[in-house]
Amino acid sequence: MIPAAFDYKRASSAAEAISLVSEFGSDAKFLAGGHSLLPLMKLRLAQPSMLIDIGRVKDLSYIKDVGDHIAIGALTRHMDVETSKVLLEHAPLLSHAAGHVGDAQVRHRGTIGGSIAHADPASDLPATTLALGATYVVQGPKGKREIAAANFYKGFLESDLAADEMLIEIRVPKMQGAGWSFQKFNRRAQDWAIVGVAAWRRKGEAGVALVNMGSTPILATSVSNAIAKGASISDAAAMASNEADPQNDLNASTVYRKHLASVLVRRALEAASK
Amino acid sequence: MTITENKPSKIIGTRLLRREDPPLLTGEAKFTNDLNIPGALHLSVLRSPYAHAKIKSIDVSAALKIAGVVAVYTGKDLQTSWAAPMPCAWAVTTDMKNPAHYPLAIDKVCYVGDGVAAVLATNETASRDALDAIDVQYEPLKAVVDLEDSLSDKNVIHSDLGTNKSYTWPLLVEETPGCVEQAFKKAKYKIKERYVQQRLIPMAMEPRAIVAVPQPFGGDITLYSSTQIPHILKVMSAITLGIPEHQVRVVAPSVGGGFGSKLNVYAEELLCMALARKHNAPVRWVEERSENSQATIQGRGQIQHVELAADENGKITAVRVRIIGDMGAYLQLVTPGVPILGAFLYAGVYDIPKAYDFSCTSVFTNLTPTDAYRGAGRPEATYAIEMGIEALAREMKIDSFELRKRNYIKKEQFPYTAFSGLTYDSGDHLLAAEKAAKMTDLAGVRAQQKKQNVAGATKLLGVGMSSYFEMCGLAPSRVLASLNYSAGGWESATVRVLPTNKVQVITGTSPHGQGHETSWAMIAAEKLGVAPEDVDVLHSDTAISPLGLDTYGSRSLAVGGIAIALACDKVIEKAKLIAAHQLECASEDLQFENGTFSVKGSPDRALPLAAIAFGAFTAHNLPDGCEPNLEAQVSYDPPNFSWPFGTHMCVVEVDTETGAVEILKYIAVDDCGNQINPLIVEGQVHGGVVQGIAQALFEEAVYDMDGNLKTTTLAEYLVPAACDVPAITTAHTVTPSPTNQLGVKGIGEAGTIGAAPTVITAIIDALSSLGVKTMAMPASPQTVWKTINEATSGGKQ
Ligand SMILES: Cc1cc2nc3c(=O)[nH]c(=O)nc-3n(C[C@H](O)[C@H](O)[C@H](O)COP(=O)(O)OP(=O)(O)OC[C@H]3O[C@@H](n4cnc5c(N)ncnc54)[C@H](O)[C@@H]3O)c2cc1C
Repeated sequence: MIPAAFDYKRASSAAEAISLVSEFGSDAKFLAGGHSLLPLMKLRLAQPSMLIDIGRVKDLSYIKDVGDHIAIGALTRHMDVETSKVLLEHAPLLSHAAGHVGDAQVRHRGTIGGSIAHADPASDLPATTLALGATYVVQGPKGKREIAAANFYKGFLESDLAADEMLIEIRVPKMQGAGWSFQKFNRRAQDWAIVGVAAWRRKGEAGVALVNMGSTPILATSVSNAIAKGASISDAAAMASNEADPQNDLNASTVYRKHLASVLVRRALEAASK
Repeated sequence: MTITENKPSKIIGTRLLRREDPPLLTGEAKFTNDLNIPGALHLSVLRSPYAHAKIKSIDVSAALKIAGVVAVYTGKDLQTSWAAPMPCAWAVTTDMKNPAHYPLAIDKVCYVGDGVAAVLATNETASRDALDAIDVQYEPLKAVVDLEDSLSDKNVIHSDLGTNKSYTWPLLVEETPGCVEQAFKKAKYKIKERYVQQRLIPMAMEPRAIVAVPQPFGGDITLYSSTQIPHILKVMSAITLGIPEHQVRVVAPSVGGGFGSKLNVYAEELLCMALARKHNAPVRWVEERSENSQATIQGRGQIQHVELAADENGKITAVRVRIIGDMGAYLQLVTPGVPILGAFLYAGVYDIPKAYDFSCTSVFTNLTPTDAYRGAGRPEATYAIEMGIEALAREMKIDSFELRKRNYIKKEQFPYTAFSGLTYDSGDHLLAAEKAAKMTDLAGVRAQQKKQNVAGATKLLGVGMSSYFEMCGLAPSRVLASLNYSAGGWESATVRVLPTNKVQVITGTSPHGQGHETSWAMIAAEKLGVAPEDVDVLHSDTAISPLGLDTYGSRSLAVGGIAIALACDKVIEKAKLIAAHQLECASEDLQFENGTFSVKGSPDRALPLAAIAFGAFTAHNLPDGCEPNLEAQVSYDPPNFSWPFGTHMCVVEVDTETGAVEILKYIAVDDCGNQINPLIVEGQVHGGVVQGIAQALFEEAVYDMDGNLKTTTLAEYLVPAACDVPAITTAHTVTPSPTNQLGVKGIGEAGTIGAAPTVITAIIDALSSLGVKTMAMPASPQTVWKTINEATSGGKQ
């Protein structure tokens, strides 16, 4: 529980943070809510020699309606995502999912940007924003670029973000009244999902993403394609794991995970179709 | 003995708020690691990453170069620091095998977490960094992880012992020789079941923490430790270190839970003391959570084979039990005794003839040592008999509650001499069970079940129950002697009335969350006729309370509380002599009520205790031969265990598609005799039930084939939180114990004992229409799902 020694600098803007991280190179890490990074450091599974604290970059904490999508600043806390009126109206799936992250303490500290940048396949918000077809805006020394969520996740805790790039905004298309459901299956209320499903449905269209069903969050395209082709919900749900490659762990074998995924996808689509 | 069951009392039986809580809730309370001791060195322990390996070499040179590191010791370096190996106080048989066990391993490690080297540094960070800099070369050996594998002796862990078997402890009680075998031959119905008690990791909120402070001169040493047993620790550490006992003082500051895991003498306590003496400086250590998982004792760890024989009415005619107990790598303080504590309870609350054949064989494994964990042996026993009753009911195709009713020991049979020769003090099992059934609305749930559990349904309803008996209030010293335990079971109390009529109670119990300060003050206040807030309770410091046997085994009230009541009686007796002298009457003519002595029949001739207390202090006017001061000390050895009992029921809904289990309703009817403070009783039941539910649904120390613990953090070891357990409805029946003057029994372990079988039997009940007959613990969703699949596909069950 005692991390290795490290240095600490606090950035007051995105630009300052990016210049600090370029200065200190690959041993530097951004510190947002600290709720993924600090536990790893305490177990000495991560030993960055420099932390650049972006937790107080206030102008990156916002939720704005910008027409066809909602723009969310990377430093917005889960609790703000959960309770935002704008999101409750235009992307209720996301605010609902944010309400399922950890416990109240975690939701007051953890940030949506940290959750996505960390790229943990077991986290709720990467898969949820993936299901919603979000776009992530990142900023580096050479300026900003946009990455579609579908192209962002590269492997276990690996993303398209370069070491000197910072995630600054998450753009979520408005759901336009689509039905939705978030199914999180775990053994204790505050745990990460054993399997999770974020799904929305609008007539012949559906979007489904899976939590903890592979080394990245998984877009269940077979399911959406089947729905688009008019398949029944249970037939579509049977294809839940087509794109997945789930691991075997203490809570679930690969077989059980795949089974859970199809049950939960079916339930999610049923709920979203109501 | 007559009991004061219905005597109106003003204090005992009230829901007085716990005086312990304000300091705990405001953060004022001082835990061991809060003690600020200048100049203390920090200890860190390097632990073995192998379950079984030879230590080939240890290179500490790089660690010594780290700024702040003062010293690094290996097991060999400290070999001469120990006057004796670490203590095991319970040689359950004369030929029990007990490997020598030292605070640091010497040439071989026997479990992941075994201490290999100790670092002392001026700060925590340096001592932690030094661990990464120590280079140990190991030669890995085959790890023995499985109990049946251990029993085969294919790989012997402690080669000097020649076997992995520590002991076999039989308890064969037969009316006539061979009657058990005959009963099984004659039985109309019989069952034979195998249950596994998974290993559990006690997770006290406060991890273990220690500071050893050598006194500046004279050689005395004070050990602050987050322990349940300051008194036992004092003696045992003195023996292990070879220090005169009177030079050791042990203090347990606020202790944040123990559940048996702090009922031990640990390597780190001995290391802190030995190194503090060597360096003549305070040495402190605080456990990390992953060390808690690996280097604090674990609980349970048994394979149980249970057979019941019954006649045509389902009346049990014989019980046969074979246990394999998992001792882990070494024997800690009472490791071997844990299965034995359950040995007497495999007939549960049932009236059985003298046809009982129990035997426990305990083996070593390359895993963390086991020892007492809330209930210690008794939850295991209750689980086995209650699951056995359910199996027998299935075999007979009758309702399991009906089967229980045919077998319960009846109210009028108490005090009941059991097959074992032990006397069960009092009980009314049927009353408690019927109360639980009524509160559960058993008939209503059964009707709902018929409607809901139809073919194809995916949410199935089940009801479970368990009736338990707990053998607690450890313990009559003579009984402990017959079990080869190397200490007694008495408890000590001193009651002192100060000149201003404030009262000090000094107890040998050592609370760590149970609210003794509140309850003990209530007992003394009731007895002496003072306000509870005028009673101060002192404990957990061997300099203040030199005599005591500490807190475990639901003993504190039934033994320690009675000692306090008796000490109050002695004080009152002495005060009465003084009062008689001052009122110029015979002491037989005096009565004592509401804190005042008065002459029977002439109430105006009276003296309050306050006046006598002051008089005893000034000693100006005492009867001849009467010593000054009002103080009495009592060492009380209980004549019997106390036998709390009860019935728990719960209603579950099982999602057959996912295997998820939801507890819809949990009813606990417990009988602990008279209650001192019902609020505290309910708290004990709540906590206990949650720990039992945790065993049933959530917790398991999972090891891989090489003996690596896979559940080292609280992310993998699933301790349930408040939102993961149901609302618990508690209720009570009150059957006072006739063996002590307060009519009380213990309640600390009851909930844990009742809960696990209640939940598991409910799950099996829910799934019975699918052919499910058994369910492993913890009944995780995956386990439930697999079990359903096996049952419905006609596969192995
Ligand atoms: C007890 C507990 C329970 C939890 N339960 C859940 C759960 O159920 N579901 C769930 O989804 N999550 C859960 N979490 C994780 C939580 O949501 C984290 O807050 C989140 O995953 C990370 O966000 P953070 O702001 O804390 O990031 P940090 O820990 O500060 O950072 C995580 C990583 O991302 C990098 N980073 C952070 N922000 C940026 C940025 N803007 N640009 C580039 N890189 C960045 C950091 O350098 C670091 O590598 C839990 C955490 C805890 C401690």
